[in-house]
Amino acid sequence: MTPIDPVTLVVVQNGLQQVATEMDLTFERAAFSPVISEGFDRSDGIYSKDNGEVIAQGELGLPIFVGVMQFTTRAVIEHVGRRGGDSLRPGDIFIVNDPYAGGTHLMDVKMVKPFFYRGRLWAYLSNTGHWPDTGGAVPGGFSTRATEVQQEGLRLPPVKLFREGVMDEDILSIVLANIRVPEERIGDIKAQVAALTVGEKRLTALIDRYGEGTVTACVKELRHRSEQMMRAHIAKIPDGAYAGEAFLDSDGIGPDPLAIRLRVKKEGSDLHFDFSESSPPCRGPLNSVIATTKAAVYLAIKHIFPDVPINAGCFEPLHIAEPHGTFLYARYPRPVSGCAAEVSARIAESVFTTLARAIPDDVFAAPAGTSGNLTLGGYDPLKERHYIMYVFSGGGYGGYVENDGLTNGCSTIGISKTQPTEVLEQHYPVLFEQYALRERSGGAGKTRGGFGVDYRIRIRRGEGLLSFLMDHGRVGPPGLFGGHDGAKNEVILEQDGRTHVSPHWSKDEDIHVKAGDLITVRTPGGGGYGNPLERDPALVLRDVVRGYITIEDAERDYAVVVRGVPPAVDAAATARVRAQSERTAR
Amino acid sequence: MNLIGVDVGGTFTDLILLDETTGQVRVAKVPTTVRNQAEGVLAALREAGATAAAIKVLVHGTTTGTNALLERKGAQTGLITTRGFRDVLELGRRTRPTPYGLKGTFEPLIPRDLRVEVAERVDAEGQVVVPLDEDAVRRAAETLRAAGVDALVIHFVHSYVNDRHERRAREIAAGVWPNAYVTVGSELLPEYREYERGTTAAINGYLQPVIDRYLRSLADTLRSDGYARELLVMQGNGGTMSVDVAARHAVNTLMSGPAAGVKAAAFTALAAGYRNVISCDMGGTSFDVGVIRDGVPAVSADKELGYGLPVRVPMIDIHTIGAGGGSIARVSSAGILQVGPQSAGAEPGPICYGRGGAEPTTTDANLVLGRLNPKGLLGVAGAAELERVRSILDKKIGAHLGLGPDEVAAAIVRVANDKMAGAIRLVSLQRGYDPRDFILFAFGGAGPLHAAALARELAIPKVLVPARPGITSALGCLVADVRHDFVRTINQDLLRLDVDEARAILAAQVAEGRRLLASEEVDIETVSVLHQADMQFAGQTHVLTVTIPRADFGRDDLLLAFERAYWERFEVELKQMRALVMSLRTAVIGRRPPVSLNGLAATPSRGALEDARDGSRRAWFDGAWHDTPIYRRERLAVGVRFDGPAIVEQLDSTTVIEPGDRVEVDTLGNLIITVRGLV
Repeated sequence: MTPIDPVTLVVVQNGLQQVATEMDLTFERAAFSPVISEGFDRSDGIYSKDNGEVIAQGELGLPIFVGVMQFTTRAVIEHVGRRGGDSLRPGDIFIVNDPYAGGTHLMDVKMVKPFFYRGRLWAYLSNTGHWPDTGGAVPGGFSTRATEVQQEGLRLPPVKLFREGVMDEDILSIVLANIRVPEERIGDIKAQVAALTVGEKRLTALIDRYGEGTVTACVKELRHRSEQMMRAHIAKIPDGAYAGEAFLDSDGIGPDPLAIRLRVKKEGSDLHFDFSESSPPCRGPLNSVIATTKAAVYLAIKHIFPDVPINAGCFEPLHIAEPHGTFLYARYPRPVSGCAAEVSARIAESVFTTLARAIPDDVFAAPAGTSGNLTLGGYDPLKERHYIMYVFSGGGYGGYVENDGLTNGCSTIGISKTQPTEVLEQHYPVLFEQYALRERSGGAGKTRGGFGVDYRIRIRRGEGLLSFLMDHGRVGPPGLFGGHDGAKNEVILEQDGRTHVSPHWSKDEDIHVKAGDLITVRTPGGGGYGNPLERDPALVLRDVVRGYITIEDAERDYAVVVRGVPPAVDAAATARVRAQSERTAR
Repeated sequence: MNLIGVDVGGTFTDLILLDETTGQVRVAKVPTTVRNQAEGVLAALREAGATAAAIKVLVHGTTTGTNALLERKGAQTGLITTRGFRDVLELGRRTRPTPYGLKGTFEPLIPRDLRVEVAERVDAEGQVVVPLDEDAVRRAAETLRAAGVDALVIHFVHSYVNDRHERRAREIAAGVWPNAYVTVGSELLPEYREYERGTTAAINGYLQPVIDRYLRSLADTLRSDGYARELLVMQGNGGTMSVDVAARHAVNTLMSGPAAGVKAAAFTALAAGYRNVISCDMGGTSFDVGVIRDGVPAVSADKELGYGLPVRVPMIDIHTIGAGGGSIARVSSAGILQVGPQSAGAEPGPICYGRGGAEPTTTDANLVLGRLNPKGLLGVAGAAELERVRSILDKKIGAHLGLGPDEVAAAIVRVANDKMAGAIRLVSLQRGYDPRDFILFAFGGAGPLHAAALARELAIPKVLVPARPGITSALGCLVADVRHDFVRTINQDLLRLDVDEARAILAAQVAEGRRLLASEEVDIETVSVLHQADMQFAGQTHVLTVTIPRADFGRDDLLLAFERAYWERFEVELKQMRALVMSLRTAVIGRRPPVSLNGLAATPSRGALEDARDGSRRAWFDGAWHDTPIYRRERLAVGVRFDGPAIVEQLDSTTVIEPGDRVEVDTLGNLIITVRGLV
């Protein structure tokens, strides 16, 4: 075969990327689920016809899906293979949300469409979107007390929702009969299909333009190039063995923390990940299916080396041993609703903290790493209707070699925006008494962690049930190289003059609440990076002036003495205190 | 009397002067004076030979606001806001600068110590939950003034539904505030979403003193030179406003230069008989695409001018990517050729500028390919630089890709074109438009160099290169109407919409627009009004903006308009869903007297093709060198036709016509290129 000319290669690369981007935009704009339209909790891409591996995926998709979608597509291919293989027709679309068949949690509903070029199967177009509900014990699917997947919602193995372009109304009726607020899901299904249709049109045009042979050759070459690029990054990590860990507060049922213990071996340009010493499977919904475990590692590496284009090649040097017997390899019917948002973020954290020791300039201290899901379901007597309100929240990112961490960043695995207070109050009988930066929450460090959020919701009318699924309530996001941990997650309910805190720290379910109750959520700050005593006193002063930290914090954490009105650094006193602190440290 | 449009761009200040009596047009192009743009404006006036006393109206497009915002050089601004909410501007909506990579920073325009809370609260229905603490407002204003704050922003939660607290706070603050720089959120933008409204208000406050001082000093200078009439300022919505309005609504000056360009494209194309236009402005650092349907540029109120800088005032919808003449080409660590978004800018600029640039750029590639005239570039020392460019292309790119310098240059242009075509596809196909129904309008210094290739790539049959591609934004200023936009959030179910109330809101917006127009003392022939509604299906968060067909509309009109727009955009029909009306928008447009630009082209009315011939040179097309005739634009007569390959040179731009493409000079002096094989 003649080598591909470099121009065609880049043009086809851009073309494939644009197909995926257009699918992302169509899905997001037409969707009904705010989790998709505002939360961007969706992903679209093109996948190999042979094994489902990713050919191109939209950069606007939710990061956790960076690896998951190829496992889903592979599960569909295997399903088709079991059925004899030749049953695929143009216009068919599979729907699937089975966590154990290359999935995440049930709420991530995937559609997989075989793409035919001139009558022959050429690839799969797939997408996934987070539906606000798929049935199960609690609205929204995040049941923290679930002990079996059946309690989490409707589970769909790969089934054809569309046959040759025609929707199977029987399957649709089964789906709609099992979920809450079914009317809006029809809108989401149409949006999801519209995105696949756009992808089909654009991909056909691209292949028409450059020729099937050329595009196929480019796909192969681009895979190779991404792999080379990833290998070049990895090669710079010193050879050796590294270990690190991260902890989830609990499984929401028992009292014990869940440990992720990671060993990484770096050899040449390959990385080997071993999670086998992690905690065993848990009773509660904090298990992770293998597709999500692997995707979390891919995502973490992509966060460290963001410039490598997404295709299967960039995962080639990453070898993840399947951690049988741990909670990171959940089997049916283990409950898994927490895996996409929380376990995955903690897996990524274990990768960050492990590799930070090897490449300290590339990696950051731990980010807040929780999606902060809070669900309030209830009845509004004034508007005479039931409602379900979801509030997500961000937290601080970790400091890194150049800068302080970002304040109120999105969760590690997401890119979703939060809903404005003004929108939430239009829809639900609540009043936000505060939506503020959480002072003093960033871990101290030479560069400090960013700050979390401190919000307070007063219930104005009626009664309801409160559930939340968060993390880092037991230990804060860890600091690096002498930096302090970020503040822990806190959820406090004030009711009839009493204060209620969950026995499971960051997780609880179906707490009865009523008008007048006050819910306070404080999300974690990011970990600090480096010795706080080395922080520029001018920056410490700025943080005091802005009210990020107090004068006492400045002296205790940074050994910087701030006095007077307006506040100023007392340079002589600071020098004395810092010298003394260093002596004590020795 | 003279009409003047003057646009200050990043590199050049451009001016067009129309002598109403004679119909004559004069143009000027002078370097932009970065520190005080007024100096460049005056230099351009001098170069065009404009006497202040003879100027009837001067319309000014300025980047003062955009630059101050992007470079963070605005005024010291303070905020008074609802208790519990002072951090809204800093928290944003929990995003991060890039999807991948957990690094990156964000600093709000107003630092935390200058954001002061006062007790007050209104709920989503507009009911007062906590009364306004008036003393606290006074104390807050005094504190901020004592802290040296120049501009004040008042922003309360839910003020779009009940603005009483904000208005009262303004009255109190005005009592202690030393200047007129007070921005009130609900007054600027009575639309829900506290972060977006608050940030838009903060940007306004941040820019207000900068814009006000700049425009007043310019106006004073002009007045002292005997210029007594109107000074109008260009807005991002493609209309103009008076200096007084600009000083209050400084945020409206953002993106006014690019908006003026699209406005000029619409005007010029319409005069030439084309109503559907994709406008492409390629300058040194960026490529701006706009879509014009039926003669009207698309407007959007959903723009971000950088990370964490949403601006919710309506602006002409321009999609910008980092692809310009100065875009740097390099080979990535994966061995893939990339062009942009990094730019060599004007300093040091492309290698061929001879100002110390050492990174290969798109302009360098065009030079190597013979498309640009080495003698026509400023500061280029001819053949010596060309050889230097070739050797750098060879070393930095050719060696990695196994290509010779000519092939490298062709590859750079191809990759740059591919990126630009992608940007056009995104704003056309993605919105349900077929590029084949459009004409491609190419302007900016570099637009006409690439336009024919882009058109071929996108199957757009025709390209229009206006008479003066390099001063299109100045032309946009000259032809722009006066325009004021209004919006009000109502958030009602269409089936239960209070139609009388909705009509009353629109009527009030029209009245306010007319009042503003009257206060501006601008020469206006007619006033036209455009009503729109932001709509969605219940449960959705994105809106589609649809035009309200008539002022005495009914619910059915809205439903029909919405369903049609939804189908066009997504090819999805959702009969069973409830439609909501989120916001009502009104644009009040004062049409200025029509401007005749027959004099703009300076095109000879008759002549032969050969009269315009200026020799030939080797140029690279389709993998080989072609001996290519060169024509001087100002000598190409009306009605002349010729085929590519050809290159047309003029002072402010170079047009490339590819082999097989056909060109005709129309009666207005535009080049109309018909792309080979597409018609």
